[in-house]
Amino acid sequence: MLANLGYGALIIALMVCIYGIGAALYGVIREKNVWVNSARNAMLLTAPLITLSVVAIVILLIDGNYELDYVASVTSNSMPLYLKITALWGGQAGSLVFWSWLMSLFASAVTLRRWDRDREFLPWVIIIVLVTLTFFLCLNIFLENPFARLWQMSGGLIVKSMLPPSGAMLYMQSDGNGLNPLLRHFGMIFHPPMLYLGFVSFVIPFAFALAALITGRTDDRWIRITRRWTLVAWLFLSLGLVLGSRWAYDVLGWGGYWGWDAVEISALMPWLSGTAFLHSIIIQEKRNMLKQWNMALIILTYDLVIFATFLTRSGVLSSVHAFAQSAIGPLFFAFIALTFLVSIALLMHRWNDLKSDSHMTSLFSREALFLLNNLLFMGILVVCFWGVIFPLLSEVFTGQKVTVGPPYYKAASGPLFAGLLLLMGVAPLAAWGRSTYKTLGRAIWKPAIFAIIGIGWAIVEGVKNPWALLGFGLCALVTGVIVEEFWRGARARQRTKGENFVLALWRLAGRNRRRYGGYIIHLGVVFMALGIIGIELFQTNTQATIAQGEQITLDGYVLKYEKLSIFDTEDRRNIARAVVHVYKDGRFVQELYPRRDFYYESQQQMTIPGVRSTWEDDLYIILVEWEPVSAESATFKVFRNPLINWLWFGAIIFMLGALAAALPEKEGIVQIRQVKHSEYSTAKV
Amino acid sequence: MASQSNEKTEQTTRRGKPRWGRLVVWLGLVVFLIILGFGLMRTQQGPITIGEKAPDITLTTFDGQEIRMTDFPGKVVVVNFWASWCKPCEQEAADLEAAWQYFKPGGEVVFLGVAYVDTEPEARAYIEKFGISYPNGLDLGTRISQNFRISGVPETYVFDRDHVLQFVQIGPFQSLSQLKSVIDTYLAP
Amino acid sequence: MFVKHLLHILSEENRFSRMRQISHICGFLIAIMLFFVFEAGAQSPPPTPSDDEINAIASELYCPVCENVPLDVCGTQACEQWRGVIRDKLMEGWSNEEIKQYFVELYGDRVLATPPAKGFNWLVYLVPPLVILAGVYWMVQLFSRRKKTVSQSEATINLEQEEYISRLEEELKKR
Repeated sequence: MLANLGYGALIIALMVCIYGIGAALYGVIREKNVWVNSARNAMLLTAPLITLSVVAIVILLIDGNYELDYVASVTSNSMPLYLKITALWGGQAGSLVFWSWLMSLFASAVTLRRWDRDREFLPWVIIIVLVTLTFFLCLNIFLENPFARLWQMSGGLIVKSMLPPSGAMLYMQSDGNGLNPLLRHFGMIFHPPMLYLGFVSFVIPFAFALAALITGRTDDRWIRITRRWTLVAWLFLSLGLVLGSRWAYDVLGWGGYWGWDAVEISALMPWLSGTAFLHSIIIQEKRNMLKQWNMALIILTYDLVIFATFLTRSGVLSSVHAFAQSAIGPLFFAFIALTFLVSIALLMHRWNDLKSDSHMTSLFSREALFLLNNLLFMGILVVCFWGVIFPLLSEVFTGQKVTVGPPYYKAASGPLFAGLLLLMGVAPLAAWGRSTYKTLGRAIWKPAIFAIIGIGWAIVEGVKNPWALLGFGLCALVTGVIVEEFWRGARARQRTKGENFVLALWRLAGRNRRRYGGYIIHLGVVFMALGIIGIELFQTNTQATIAQGEQITLDGYVLKYEKLSIFDTEDRRNIARAVVHVYKDGRFVQELYPRRDFYYESQQQMTIPGVRSTWEDDLYIILVEWEPVSAESATFKVFRNPLINWLWFGAIIFMLGALAAALPEKEGIVQIRQVKHSEYSTAKV
Repeated sequence: MASQSNEKTEQTTRRGKPRWGRLVVWLGLVVFLIILGFGLMRTQQGPITIGEKAPDITLTTFDGQEIRMTDFPGKVVVVNFWASWCKPCEQEAADLEAAWQYFKPGGEVVFLGVAYVDTEPEARAYIEKFGISYPNGLDLGTRISQNFRISGVPETYVFDRDHVLQFVQIGPFQSLSQLKSVIDTYLAP
Repeated sequence: MFVKHLLHILSEENRFSRMRQISHICGFLIAIMLFFVFEAGAQSPPPTPSDDEINAIASELYCPVCENVPLDVCGTQACEQWRGVIRDKLMEGWSNEEIKQYFVELYGDRVLATPPAKGFNWLVYLVPPLVILAGVYWMVQLFSRRKKTVSQSEATINLEQEEYISRLEEELKKR
């Protein structure tokens, strides 16, 4: 019955959505506020309804109601509670409900904000969000119903249906298939929700952008409203991407963190355009330029979100991350076409209204460098997009299937990423408006010393690879610039306000969170870049089959195979666990347990590496094979991943910076008011 | 004044530009959607459907012979996709061979085995293990399987005397009798 | 024998044309400012290939049935067989390039990590640099167009702070 309740809630939510769209349209055309308000209430109502549905699924999952197809396919009796809950997003149907739920929450949040300054956006934002929500609810209700039960026909055939087919008996299994073992990892608890949050929350800036286009109110009001939404969305998306790569590192067992898999790339694409957008809106704010470009970027970002979702869920691409093939493809395709066509048509319609008032003046000005930054991000985006789409093209035009793999992306995006690092160092030094190579040259020499010290240190450490030296130099340059920025700002504050240095530093960052948050993000990126350079350029690996007591050597490490035990666990796994002693420079440092888990329920196996993690490098051991009974000998694959920990550390710094930047800050309209009553506000401070 | 005229000239130059710019954007979008649509159609489309004419395939057998569908006019053709790494394939391997032995004397039925994404030594070992005697070969460049748009192995396609597809078995045959009855259906004149 | 048949396919002429393709790629590389970094490793196979030697080739191959996972980490039985084939071929003294070509003949272009640079596939290498160049052109245009109107914008510029530090201090004073 709970299933009926959940399904019913979805249907009612759908009807509420459709009503909301109608009411908002009617209200805006007839200029009747009552109807717009009614639509607003309808939008608020979707969240509790879908929440009800989600709660229903979660209870069904925990209870193990295996007569439901979804429950049987993603849970089993032996799964722990937290995994039963996270099974909500372990399969297509559940994750779509989850998606709708997040979207309804965001819709509510945006509805509850104060609208008095921009009421004309309201009906259109409601319509755009509700149309999207309607689409996702339709997917759930008509094609991917998580509440559908399994029925056994008189002939023994098992069918999936919400209502009992005539003459059918409920097909009740005593146990389910269980969640895909790959998804049984702590990274999987947070990775999909974060990624979905990132994806879903981009609908809000998109809705505001379209509302601005529809109403013709194309001043930068929409940018002020959506800036923080975009930042929040971008933060979640970044977090989702990082957690995803951590999951890949821990679970997929290939010693890497990013496989340039089509699904990974399609999640990266909106991140790239979103990052470009976050940079270029600063130009619009400061210099009132690039309005057309910004509008185009935010629309592109959302379109890429929908595109990414389509790619992962429609079965167009084959990938380790993709969902199993499903029927949602055609409907999703229609939605993509609709989104693309409407948004681009609107953009074209208002193109001339979006013309900028100011102009580019100097090639060395900050806006020019920001524009170059955009160009590089777009370049990477083009590489990614083309790489993802090309196999499809090739199949359509030549009938040949081809693979566009990591070497392509690495070679093509590497120089562009290096360019971005360089810009990260140079751009903060350039002034808005006019800046010449002279002023820039004066500003850069101090950070350049950092870069030279960085390169020198790398050479002393024995780094010979020119690309790596370039990379380390750029990292040092950016670090130098950031340190100098903080130091200079704090010193200026010290002079004018008479605060001590630490307090000045704290207040500086606190009063100007977006800017200094941005620098912290940059610092995080520098650390991440160190990790990426380390693993991309200096990763070494070896594989060998050794008998007990024998050893493998790799870059100063010695691994001794001690023993291997094979046993069953309570949660129906068969584990083969090797004990490996790790020696470094002749000294014993750690005992590692690479293992292989075999899941009886799903007949799948999973390789869990043994990892020794330090700031210098990770030693990453995979158990490949072993002598069946005696475990006399075993095959190990060993990776040494230099500096990889800096990637995770940098990601944490990155997130902290993004969080600082996204936290509410008195600015925008409030800021203007504040400036007017400057005495007042300083007195308060 | 000067700035005004400047702006005017700029507007005129700008107004001219978006026109072809727009065209390019729309064209790009449409092409993109069409390609996406084709890609989707390909994934949605299952294997070749019943009633379709047989694709023109060339099978290079393990004996080095080149066999084409057109070599067997007027005969019923059974094309079986398998792989040595495929466990379910082993279930039906013996049945397929038995059926071949049963129909061979009549000379009216042709069996072709296609090893999908397989390696030569393993495939040969498989053939030896099950004593398969009808022509078998590797699917060079996965061309044959792409023509049939198979979704996995084992899959078996039965063509009638006019080489029109009449029957598709996804997964292994349940029994020898099932296989025989299927072929008998299309053998009948 | 089948192997002989394949060796026949891999005739000298074929290999020569492949070499020519590679040299084409090199020219292209330099032209588009080292856009694509190319790595080429030629090794002479010793009599008994180690796992590392097998993996070196396997990591550059993708099996059609294992969804975008390189052969060296793919755990399915099909992949194990493939690695076995690589071992056999290495023992027979084949070069890395020959082995890869063997797999291409057997299973199609999609076993390679990147599409071979020929025919239609050129697009995959040409389009991104061209689009980026178009972007650069657009940016240059943006600036050269602005130069004409620079006298007008001069006025607004003068309102801007000249130096970075003074701007910062100004910002701080506002608070």
